[in-house]
Amino acid sequence: MSVSEIATGDADEQHTVAAATPAFEAAAARAAARRGLFMALPAYVYLVIFFAAPFAIVVIYSFATRTRTGGISLSGWNLDSYQRLGEQIVRDVLWRSLGLAILTTLICLLVAYPFAYYMTIVSTTARNVMLVMVMIPFWTNFLVRNYAWRLLLSSGGPLSSVTEAIGLGETDLLFTKTAVVIGLVYSFLPFMILPLYASIERIDHSLIEASRDLYANGAQTFRRVVLPLSMPGVIAGSILVFVPSLGAYVTPDILGGGKEVLLGSYIVTQFGTARNFPFGASLSVVLMVVMLTATVAYFRQGGRNL
Amino acid sequence: MTATPAVEIRGITKRFDDVVAVDAIDMQIANGEFFAMLGPSGCGKTTTLRMIAGLEFPTEGSLKIFGDEVGTLPPHKRPVNTVFQSYALFPHMNVLDNVAFGLRMNGVDRTTARRRASEMIALVRLSGMENRRPAQMSGGQQQRVALARALVNEPKVLLLDEPLGALDLKLRQDMQLELKELQRRLGISFVFVTHDQEEALTMSDRIAVMNDGRLLQVGTPEEIYERPANRFVADFIGTTNLLDGTVVDDSTVCLANGTRVAARSEHPAGTMVAVCLRPERARVVTARDGTESGIGGVIDTVTYVGNARVYTVRLDWMQLRVREENRPGAAPRETGDPVSVTWDMNAVTVVTE
Repeated sequence: MSVSEIATGDADEQHTVAAATPAFEAAAARAAARRGLFMALPAYVYLVIFFAAPFAIVVIYSFATRTRTGGISLSGWNLDSYQRLGEQIVRDVLWRSLGLAILTTLICLLVAYPFAYYMTIVSTTARNVMLVMVMIPFWTNFLVRNYAWRLLLSSGGPLSSVTEAIGLGETDLLFTKTAVVIGLVYSFLPFMILPLYASIERIDHSLIEASRDLYANGAQTFRRVVLPLSMPGVIAGSILVFVPSLGAYVTPDILGGGKEVLLGSYIVTQFGTARNFPFGASLSVVLMVVMLTATVAYFRQGGRNL
Repeated sequence: MTATPAVEIRGITKRFDDVVAVDAIDMQIANGEFFAMLGPSGCGKTTTLRMIAGLEFPTEGSLKIFGDEVGTLPPHKRPVNTVFQSYALFPHMNVLDNVAFGLRMNGVDRTTARRRASEMIALVRLSGMENRRPAQMSGGQQQRVALARALVNEPKVLLLDEPLGALDLKLRQDMQLELKELQRRLGISFVFVTHDQEEALTMSDRIAVMNDGRLLQVGTPEEIYERPANRFVADFIGTTNLLDGTVVDDSTVCLANGTRVAARSEHPAGTMVAVCLRPERARVVTARDGTESGIGGVIDTVTYVGNARVYTVRLDWMQLRVREENRPGAAPRETGDPVSVTWDMNAVTVVTE
């Protein structure tokens, strides 16, 4: 391109800018959309290949038939595997998992709220130390952390030694429901603390002062002002803890010893030893639907903080 | 003062770590008084107000509200309410619930609280907006909600922390009158924090001027303006010319360049002082027309401000501002005109550091 061409190009462009029309505006908007799509393309492709497509396969499998040898027959579509969800044993697994997930979420909430609140009122240095403490577990492998709990909770382990020393006798929490809840709370607590902290930190401190000035004591101020204003964080944190707790597989297996069958391990069993792909797929679909419902409900609430 | 003061502050000091925010202040605020605390930002006025509210506790000293020591009483146990600088309206509640909040926390039943809140909302002329959220209202309306929310509790003292700071000029002037009127009608003390000296002069019965945590002067607007206690007050309130000099005798001050000018003072001869000359009290006259106390200079700039002209007059060692009312027929002076600046002996005040 010669110098004169460039010069002409500039002139043209200026001319176009000066004579902006609705058509021109629309064309510019389309161009911006094309550029946006182009930039997002790698993420789209990744999600389609590794999420949408596998999920579609799971959905398709859930309506398929299990062959005598444990394979999949992509014919004779039916709802058999969904009907099985009504069986007593399956219902027990679902309710047990749901209860455990709710319990984990509630405990996380109770433990995380004071911690997150405290983080908003201490000095910046102390806050950073607290944040690092929250993040440290992420630097260690998930499996390693679960096995660490196994050592801590086992009979003859540190916890047991302590209770024995103070005269409460030997404790053997390992392979109990309590151990599973402890492990889940431990694993997912940061997901509760961080959004809670973000939303509490955003509360204008003068609102708390105004409440105190208007005759509310500390407890009333918390209930009427702080809690309602931190609800986005409460909801975000609860979803972030509830969803992975519901499908948790590793922790219940390692700390619960698989004594009580939960949804995660039940699904694994269907795909593994039981070789019932359609049933495993239908359970997975149910899990996905519950999670998506929770997420959509959250965003409907005007969700932020995720 | 025979009646119990609404607020009585004795030797109050507030330290934040090593910083002294408020330094041994004594102050009495009478019941029914519109009292302003005035000073530049960081002077300790807001901290003092917050100590009255109970949002900060004093490090030392005594703080009484109607004779009761409240120094370390939490805010919800004090008979005062605050209008916050940013209004601090509860964003998750509508106007009615915001205003009823204090009453509800005070144990008033829901029906009564709502009725009284509605009445107060009517008083600040916001009827019909009870169901709006604060975010759906203009700054001026939010300001009224904040007022109603504080006043509905019938506080013995209303504290206002720069309540008009966020409003534009026109609205601010309207609200100044409205606040003053409201205060007269309710008959309670309003304690008002501002950095705007004009606002303080317009609204207050008495003004406390503060700087660097210290209380410099308490007085009526007139006292503060006409008889500033020291150089800072003279400089902070209104515009003024400060001419440095030394006291010669009780009616003469020798200025920095050796000129002797007429100014009354009670300071002993030799005291370093400043003569405080308000621009509107000075006159410019054509040079060398035989005026005695005049200082010779040259007009530097002329600023037309509608009802007046403001001249800056260049002297040998400093500049003076002189404000001259515009009168029909009077020929304005122009840059470069040689003039004399004169004043009446009673029009100036002599201040020390």
